[in-house]
Amino acid sequence: MTTVLRALDIHKAFGEREVLRGVDVTLDRHEVVALIGASGSGKSTLLRCLNLLEPIDDGQIFLDDEDISDPRVDANRVRARFGAVFQSYNLFPHLSVLDNVTLASRVVHRMPRREAEARAMALLERIGLADLAKQHPDRLSGGQQQRAAIVRAIATDPEILLLDEITSALDPELVGEVLELVRQLAVDGATILMATHEMAFARDVAHRVVFLDAGTIVEQGPPSEVLVAPREQRTREFLARFTA
Amino acid sequence: MTDPAPAARPVREVSALELERRAFRRRRSQQSVLVAIASSIAVAAVVWVTVINTPAWSDVQRAFFNPEVALAALPRVWDGFLLNLQVLGLSVVTVGVFALLLAVLRTLRGPVFFPVRVIVAAYTDIFRGLPFIIVLFLFGFGLPTLTGTRIPPIVLGTLCVTLTYSAYVAEVIRAGIEAVHPSQRLAARALGLGYVQTLRRVVLPQALRKMTPPLMNDFVSMQKDVGLISILGAVDAVRAAQIVTAQTYNFTPYVVAGILFILLAIPTIRLTDWYTARLREREQAGAIV
Repeated sequence: MTTVLRALDIHKAFGEREVLRGVDVTLDRHEVVALIGASGSGKSTLLRCLNLLEPIDDGQIFLDDEDISDPRVDANRVRARFGAVFQSYNLFPHLSVLDNVTLASRVVHRMPRREAEARAMALLERIGLADLAKQHPDRLSGGQQQRAAIVRAIATDPEILLLDEITSALDPELVGEVLELVRQLAVDGATILMATHEMAFARDVAHRVVFLDAGTIVEQGPPSEVLVAPREQRTREFLARFTA
Repeated sequence: MTDPAPAARPVREVSALELERRAFRRRRSQQSVLVAIASSIAVAAVVWVTVINTPAWSDVQRAFFNPEVALAALPRVWDGFLLNLQVLGLSVVTVGVFALLLAVLRTLRGPVFFPVRVIVAAYTDIFRGLPFIIVLFLFGFGLPTLTGTRIPPIVLGTLCVTLTYSAYVAEVIRAGIEAVHPSQRLAARALGLGYVQTLRRVVLPQALRKMTPPLMNDFVSMQKDVGLISILGAVDAVRAAQIVTAQTYNFTPYVVAGILFILLAIPTIRLTDWYTARLREREQAGAIV
């Protein structure tokens, strides 16, 4: 396996509050990594640092051996190589679902509208949202919105998908349809780093689980080890809250 | 999956309870109509007794609502009104461009733009505080004096309206930009859009929707204030009305000019209501209580 993303000793503080205290994380091509940890452990911040939505305070991030944490690097070009999905969907309410999905293709990748829409429709067709392509996001259910947001993120064939607790804002009965889509992407060979509280899903789909606590990685390894027989006491305590 | 699946429902008999409720609602709405008619008649009667049925009313009518004077004044007032419309039309464009520039300059981040932000902030403070009539005196009379050339009133008028209204509109735009949730910027930047692309494709379109009501408000206000360019010596609707009034010793021409301005404003006001209602409908499903 080839390493796509390599983050070394990432530090990030908001004011006095240290959120990341030296995090090392790597991601291989076609690998699915689940990032687990309590709220406030730094999962979201780490994801945002990786695609340069947050400037880091120290450390290095390599994407295909290019140091993207170098301030001389064009951050827009780097971000276009990632796909990001957020907890609260963040679809653009003034655009139809189709325009949401094609925006980056048209504006960033300069693809002709016709071509971008054909590709987007094919994707929407595949996940059963083609009928809603002309609708504005507010007309969709939470699950539909989040699936549309995932399609928006993958429409430009990003090298890495960053999923930030994408089911946390959903009603329980809508979680399944979103996770099913992620599972499909994983099967198709996507490279995914996902912050999640869905332990069962992480166990099924992830190749590796990374447990983050108070801004440091406490433990990582295959889900069969980290989630089933964790070595660290803190991991055990964290997981106990899910099985209780 | 919650995809809508409209299945043909069997026709259902409405329950007796619901039929009774509907009858009650119908009775109640009929009652409201009757009450509205009665109260309208009462108010009309009071107005007639206290205002119209008084000896002074015919004097008022003669001085302000004289049909003959109105008819005689209308062509001249209308010609002047066309000048107001020209200034208004030009100003809409110049204010739009200048205000957007000011607003964007003020939202720029980074230490390099510190002086720009301060200058723009000072500008909006000054021109929102400065009475429009002083702007007209300072620039409308000051500028030709300074340059020693004759500047057409239409240019001076547009300049003054632009200087003042850009300050107001820039603040509306800035508030609109800041009202767009930061997560929208985040999502756009995550897709690889640059600062300007994000502003143009994601932030401004949403900001514009939020801005429409206050913006239209400023526009209505601007429609009236173009009447102040009469100070510059331009023969606009107000000036024309003043001239006819001086000739006839009758105030009706002012009323004529006033009605023209009101007629200009009403479509804008209705349009605003219609537009905001349509936006709400398009972006929000469901009823709002």
